[in-house]
Amino acid sequence: MSFLTIENLSAFVGPAPILRDVSLTVTAGEVRGLVGESGAGKSMIGKAVLGTLPPAVRVASGRIVLEGEDLLAMRPRDRRRVIGARAALIPQDPLTALNPSRRVGPQITNRLVDILGWTRHDAQVRALELLDEVHIPEPERVMRAYPHELSGGMRQRILIASAFAAEPRLIIADEPTTALDVTVQKQILRLIREMQARHGTALLFVTHDLGVVSKICQSLTVLYGGKVLEDTRVGDFFAGPTHPYSAALLAATPKYTDPDASLTPVPEAVIDGVRAEIEAFDRMHGHV
Amino acid sequence: MTLIRRILLRLLTMAITLFGVAVIVFFVIRVVPGNPIAMMLPPGAGEEDIARLKALYGLDKTIPEQFVIWLSGVLHGDFGTSITTRQPVLGLVLSRLPATIELSVMALVVAVIIGGALALTGTRRRGTRTEGAIDVANGMALSVPDFLWGLVLILLFGVLWPVFHISGRVSPALDLPFSTNFYLFESVLRLRFDIWADLVSHMFMPSLALAIPLAAIIAQLLKQSLKETMNLDYVTLARTKGYGENHVITREALPNAVLPTLTLIGVQFTFLIGGTVIIERLFSYEGLGNMAIDAVINRDLPLIQGIVILFALIFTVVNLVVDLTYAALNPRLRHG
Repeated sequence: MSFLTIENLSAFVGPAPILRDVSLTVTAGEVRGLVGESGAGKSMIGKAVLGTLPPAVRVASGRIVLEGEDLLAMRPRDRRRVIGARAALIPQDPLTALNPSRRVGPQITNRLVDILGWTRHDAQVRALELLDEVHIPEPERVMRAYPHELSGGMRQRILIASAFAAEPRLIIADEPTTALDVTVQKQILRLIREMQARHGTALLFVTHDLGVVSKICQSLTVLYGGKVLEDTRVGDFFAGPTHPYSAALLAATPKYTDPDASLTPVPEAVIDGVRAEIEAFDRMHGHV
Repeated sequence: MTLIRRILLRLLTMAITLFGVAVIVFFVIRVVPGNPIAMMLPPGAGEEDIARLKALYGLDKTIPEQFVIWLSGVLHGDFGTSITTRQPVLGLVLSRLPATIELSVMALVVAVIIGGALALTGTRRRGTRTEGAIDVANGMALSVPDFLWGLVLILLFGVLWPVFHISGRVSPALDLPFSTNFYLFESVLRLRFDIWADLVSHMFMPSLALAIPLAAIIAQLLKQSLKETMNLDYVTLARTKGYGENHVITREALPNAVLPTLTLIGVQFTFLIGGTVIIERLFSYEGLGNMAIDAVINRDLPLIQGIVILFALIFTVVNLVVDLTYAALNPRLRHG
C-alpha cells in the first residue's frame, strides 16, 4: 500500500525547470533512496513534500499525496499540521540544524507540546526514552546542554531522536551523513536503519552515495536534471541497472572491497545522452 | 574568563578612559580662546580686578597645577564650583542628570519598539511591497539627522496640529510633589498620572526626534540578520515540525538574530545621548545637554569639566551593560 505518492510533479525557478514530471511512491515502512548528483533535484523533492521549498521555486503541476491528504491542495496552515504530525526531517548538517540559543531538551519536545498537545511531562519522558534509543549516555545532562557543547555525531543522534519523537509515518533524511566524519557516518547510518526498523517508519533517503543505498534501501529512484531516470528495487538495480546513466553511476561508485582501484567518472557520452533525453522532454512539454 | 574577572577588567578600563577624558577636556578648554574671567567683569575693570578673580578661581596657577588641584578634588567628590551660578558643580549636574536619563531611555525604548516592529513586519512580509516601503522609510529616516527631525516634528505637532507641548520638561503651573528629579519615574510610583501625561507630552517630540534615526538603524540591521537567520537549517526544521511563520520568526530566528543588533544599539545609544545636547536645546528641555551648552557659552570651566566627565561615565557604563547583556543572551560566550 503506497501512502506517499508523488504524481507528475513539475517545478520551476523562473523559466528553468528543476523538477520534470517526477512521479514516485513510497509504501508504508519502505526505505527508498533518492539518488543523483548535486543539482539533480533530489533534495527539492524532499523539500516539496515537507513544504520547505525556497520562495523562488514555483510548483507548476503535480500532486503530493500523503496518507490520502493532497498536500499541495491544502491551506498552508493545515498542511503544516499534517506534516508536523505525520512526517519529519533528518537534516544534512547537524551543526546548523539545532538552534544555538536553546537547550537541546526543548528542541526535541517542542513539537510534541506545541503542535501535538502533549503535556510537558509526557514529552520530557518521551525525549529521555528516545535519547536512550539513539545511544546517548546521560540523557538528562544532554537535555540541559546547549548544542555547541556537543559533538557533531551527538547532535545528529539528537536530531534523529527528534525526528522519531512523534512516531511519524514518513521520515525524509536529506543526506544525513554527508556532513559527518567518515567514522561517525557508519554509526549514524546504522542507527538510522535500526530506528527505522524498530519504528516501522517509511524513509525517503536522499543521497548521492550508492554504497549507502545498498546498505539501507529497498528501492531507489535515480534522478538527473530533475527527471526520474530509473525507479527500481535495490536488488535489481545492483544486478543490472536498465538506464545507461544508472549503469555508469554504478560503475563510477568506489568499491569498498577494492579501495585502491582507480575511480572511473561517468563517461561524457552517457551524460550527453541524458542531456539529449532531457532536452527532448522539454521540447515535448514546451519548456524550451 | 569568569564574569567577575571580566567586570573587574572592564572597571579598570573605565577608570583609565575617564582619566584620559578628564585630561583632554581639562587642557583643551583652557587652550581654546575665550576666558571666563573676561565674561564676568564689567567693562573697564582693571588689571588688579582680573588678577584677584583669577586667584579666586585658581586660574592664576599653571594648567598642570590646576589639573592636579582639580583632580584631587574630584577624587574626594568635589568637582569645584560653577563660575556662573556659584554652586557646587556636582549638585548642579546631578540635579539635571535625571531629566537627560529619562529622555534618553524613553528615546531608546521608542526606537527599539519602532525599529523592532519594522524589522519583524519586514521579515514577515519579505519580498512584498510592505518590505520595500519599510526599506524606503528606513533610508529616509537615516539620511536626516535627529535635530532636523526635531524641527520637522515641531512643525507637525507644534504648529500645524499643536497637540504636544513644544518646550520645557513639565508645565510650570503644575505642583510637583516629587522628592527626586526622576519626574517620569516618580509620577508613576506616586500614581500621579496627570503629571505623567504632562511629562510625556513634553517628551514626545524630543524623544521621537532622537529615536527616529536609531529606529531606522535597528530596523535595517535586525531585518537583515533576521532574513539571514530565516534561511538557516534550524528554522527550516522548525517549519517541518508544524510551526507557522510568526512562531518561527519570533521564537527560532529572533533570539539569534538580535545579538548583532544589541551591540549596535549599545554603540548607537551613546550617540543618542550625545544627540540630547542639541535636542534638549531645541525643545528647551531642562537636562544636562542644555546645561552643557550654557556652560560652554559662559566658559564655565568647572561646569564643562563636570558635565563631560559625567557624559563619559554614562557612555562607559552603557558599554559595560551592553557587554554583560550580550554575554547573558549568548550561551556560547557565557561558557567560553
